[in-house]
Amino acid sequence: MGGYGLYVWGSYVVTAAFMLAEPWLARRHHRRALRDLQLRREEQA
Amino acid sequence: MSSVFGTIVARDLLLAARRRIDALLPIAFFVVAVSLFPLGVGPEPQMLRQMAAGVVWVCALLAAMLSLTAMYGADYADGSLEQMLLSGESGFSIASAKALAHWLITGVPLVVAAPLFGLLFDLSGPALLALTLSLLLGTPILSLLGGLGAALTLGLRSGGVLLILLILPLCIPALIFGTGAVSAVESGLSARAHYSLLGALLIASGLLVPWATAAALRIAVE
Amino acid sequence: MTTTNRLRFFTFAAPQRFYRLTGALVPWLWAVTALLTVAGLYVGFFVAPTDATQGDSYRIIFIHVPAAWMSMVLYLVMAFWAAIGWAFNARLAFMVARALAPTGAMFTFLALWTGAFWGKPTWGTWWVWDARLTSELILLFLYLGYIALVNAIDDQRRADLAGALLAVVGAVNVPIIYFSVKWWNTLHQGASISMTAAPTMASTMLTAMLLMTFAFWAYAFAVVFTRTRAIVLEREQHTEWVGSLAAAKR
Repeated sequence: MGGYGLYVWGSYVVTAAFMLAEPWLARRHHRRALRDLQLRREEQA
Repeated sequence: MSSVFGTIVARDLLLAARRRIDALLPIAFFVVAVSLFPLGVGPEPQMLRQMAAGVVWVCALLAAMLSLTAMYGADYADGSLEQMLLSGESGFSIASAKALAHWLITGVPLVVAAPLFGLLFDLSGPALLALTLSLLLGTPILSLLGGLGAALTLGLRSGGVLLILLILPLCIPALIFGTGAVSAVESGLSARAHYSLLGALLIASGLLVPWATAAALRIAVE
Repeated sequence: MTTTNRLRFFTFAAPQRFYRLTGALVPWLWAVTALLTVAGLYVGFFVAPTDATQGDSYRIIFIHVPAAWMSMVLYLVMAFWAAIGWAFNARLAFMVARALAPTGAMFTFLALWTGAFWGKPTWGTWWVWDARLTSELILLFLYLGYIALVNAIDDQRRADLAGALLAVVGAVNVPIIYFSVKWWNTLHQGASISMTAAPTMASTMLTAMLLMTFAFWAYAFAVVFTRTRAIVLEREQHTEWVGSLAAAKR
């Protein structure tokens, strides 16, 4: 990267990290919500 | 404005007079905070003169925010806020009255104290005048915006700090124009534009912010 | 005529229909995101030329500008939906607003981070107090304020409404803040450099930037929809359709 490697990769790697972590966290949030619902139904049954 | 306006202002002033020490705490904070800066950055006069307006303004801003939670919180806790809103009086009057009371109790002492501290930073006469005038125009804006923050965070555990975090970004324009006025005067230029902008902000805030504060109060109380 | 139109407009305002619709859309949105990202990065790294003045460091704009753009757009969208929720008492609108905030804050942070990494090789310092970056920093504060407020209030309804008011007040203030920051910036000379001094763009550079912008858009839709769906499940748990959903998912 013409000597600018640190800066270019430093930007892209961090960006990629966040933009992979965020969907993963959102999906986990969704899965947890579903799981809590199921647990609650079992408790009521 | 109805008589409710006058009643609320008088009431808050009376309450502050009864607890004079509490009312002056923000000013004490201001004094201490401003004094920390030279201790932190060194006593070199040239540097202090350049920082003066910014330091005084920021500390005034923080000091003004400190008494806000108490101003609304006490009324919220004992139910009188709900009474005020239910009484059918316009939320706008209530919010403006509270803001005026806050300004009289906390803002005016700051306007008086600030130029004294400007002296500690070796500001020139015209710069001191500019600082005073900018705070005179700016502190009411802070009281108005602060009222909005207090209404939004009414009764919350983390209320005080949260209020400051919410409102400080909104105070930035006033901070910029206020300190800019002093910088302009120090450079020998006219601060007219800065005063005009501050004045415009003040008028706009006075007309719009109490309306938002009233809405926030209703949201918090319902 | 107007009633049927209104009905159709508000049809997807029903949490259940929103949940079903977005459930079908999200996988496609991810596919679009992936495609656009690959295309954008390909053009950005293999087609766009090296810049005469900035060398290869300018390639950071392919993520810096889209991130900054998204951070601003998402704030307005968030304020918009919060206001809609307030005006029409639409729960789902509030949920969408809440789901938007973390993504918006993330893009703001990334805009600042990539801005710093671009600034260092170009201007020599990690941070430059120019109007755009400083405004971006203040925008981050506005996002964090919104998130802090809605999380601090236990009563969901009060949290929704207070958040909506704060978001709208923030949105109204953004132009005022930006103007004052520009003013501040020009006053205190020195900062004659600006992040807007991007290289005069070759058309391939522009193409890459646009592709990445659309990629970030698709990403935002996908993530925000996913988060909203989670919130819908949490807040609508007492409804029948959510109950049967939980049963079916066994």
